[in-house]
Amino acid sequence: MSRLVVASIGPASSVQDGGRHGAQRYGLTVSGAMDRLSLAAANTLVGNEPFAAAVEIGPFGASFTARDGAVRVAISGAPRNADIAGRPVAIDTSVTLKDGETLTLGFARGGAFSYLAIEGAIKGELVFGSLAVNARAGLGSPYPRPLQAGDEFNVDAASGAPELRIELPKPVSGPIRVLLGPQDDEFDDANKALFLDSEWKISATSDRMGYRLEGPAIKHLHGHNIVSDGTVIGSIQVPGDGAPIALMMDRGTTGGYPKIATVITADVGRLAQTSVGTAFRFREVTMAEAQDEARKFARLIKDLPDRLRSSDTVELNIEALSDANVAGYAVSAVDAGTWQVTAEP
Amino acid sequence: MAATLPPPRLLPSGDSAVTVEFSRTIDDAANERVLALDKALAANPIDGITETVPTYRSLLVHYDPGTIGFEALGDKILPIASQPLPPATKARRWRIPVAYGGEHGIDLEDVAKALNTTPDDIIACHSGGDYRVAMIGFTPGWSYLSGLDKSLQMSRRQSPRLLTPAGTISIGGIQAGIQCLAAPSGWHLLGRTPVRTYQLHRNPTFLTEPGDRVTFFAIDHKTFGELDRAAEAGEIVAEQVTA
Repeated sequence: MSRLVVASIGPASSVQDGGRHGAQRYGLTVSGAMDRLSLAAANTLVGNEPFAAAVEIGPFGASFTARDGAVRVAISGAPRNADIAGRPVAIDTSVTLKDGETLTLGFARGGAFSYLAIEGAIKGELVFGSLAVNARAGLGSPYPRPLQAGDEFNVDAASGAPELRIELPKPVSGPIRVLLGPQDDEFDDANKALFLDSEWKISATSDRMGYRLEGPAIKHLHGHNIVSDGTVIGSIQVPGDGAPIALMMDRGTTGGYPKIATVITADVGRLAQTSVGTAFRFREVTMAEAQDEARKFARLIKDLPDRLRSSDTVELNIEALSDANVAGYAVSAVDAGTWQVTAEP
Repeated sequence: MAATLPPPRLLPSGDSAVTVEFSRTIDDAANERVLALDKALAANPIDGITETVPTYRSLLVHYDPGTIGFEALGDKILPIASQPLPPATKARRWRIPVAYGGEHGIDLEDVAKALNTTPDDIIACHSGGDYRVAMIGFTPGWSYLSGLDKSLQMSRRQSPRLLTPAGTISIGGIQAGIQCLAAPSGWHLLGRTPVRTYQLHRNPTFLTEPGDRVTFFAIDHKTFGELDRAAEAGEIVAEQVTA
């Protein structure tokens, strides 16, 4: 058994997995990773099930130290600098920390959440089949709250398996896709158009429960009180002040404000990764398109192991290349956020 | 009873859930239909349904679009939802203690003012009501009640408070509620109960079920403290009334 110790960590970081399903009827929140694709990619890199428990790291920096043996980890999600004792580590690759080594992650540069998966996954007591932290309910394991420096995980010793990288498809860009409803009839055509045609920004008061959207005020047709009914991840409620709230993983299972639209499953992670203050738009799609995208998204996650490659093919000694002045345009590729592997190994 | 309701509507809630709506208002007959449909789907599961959430007036059905599409699922649900179904629940009765006003019910005075009456009258009216647990949702154990007296019905706050305390007893619109955990809320806070409608390592974890009946009784703030300690230790401090 090795240990992975949280040497430093910012707020809004916690243990998350695929979420807690089956007790929404009692108000038990689903929780789980804000960006499921990135969670799955990180887990796949170290041989875990796609939705195994990992560390979800918020926009701020973090560092982790291996103790009592080597620990194999992988990071996916928001672009950020990563290094081990000054040696750069690319995102979307696995890496083994030797006993005593520290992996240091910088602030997210674009995006919001990164996932640190640990070979063998984080272990703890399952509640309704999940370790996902829901801090409000005091649920989740091993720490039912945001992580703090000094927390540690008992983890499997590194297997010594070859290091891997994962080639993810180029991220979808463009508007966040939504289906109108279930209460779009609580808004007139002009206000539905206002919602779909306006530019939105995510407010700084947003969290894992909901993203508050800054933009024009959306007016209701019959006032803002409806009889509370069920919500889903991606429901966009419009409260009395007209500022929409997109419900995220720690959402309440029910709510009493009209829901003008619902973010499609395939785009929830994209919305989650939209950083505070970044302008974006919504686009309406049909049920057929939304369900097709949901199926494609599920297939993408299922087939992630097919996207694993040996990491040797991208191991570059950046400093040596720079010193020799042969890196040319490639220097920009050290920016993990723009790193694109263009050739097959 | 069921015959007076219009046919249910299917409202898409994104690509992986559908709301089966029986009514637009709080209506115990509609709620009975919701609970009956919920029970019918549990007894004869439709492939692809992953989870159901009964609410006041609709059943939210979560499903996997990889297994069944929106149209096909609707075609299977609507006939079940449209037929008369036997009642699903056998009611239990709970008496729930509440410390009204002061630090425990910070909106009590404002609600009294807004409704042009006194805090004592609000307490008498709220604790004099006979409520039904119509649904549980939002956060673990949050029990939404029907049966709020008309004189206490008022609009929710324009903007929700970011945090309200565990055990909050509140009203919002035509609804009343028992909140178990600290959470955001746009409702008006009348008091607090020491009762935990959800407690992880207690048996049962969840105290109330949709269909249960609830009445409230006032306790002083000292009694609240005593009961709160007992509840923290795992006691069910709500009184169950045998029918």
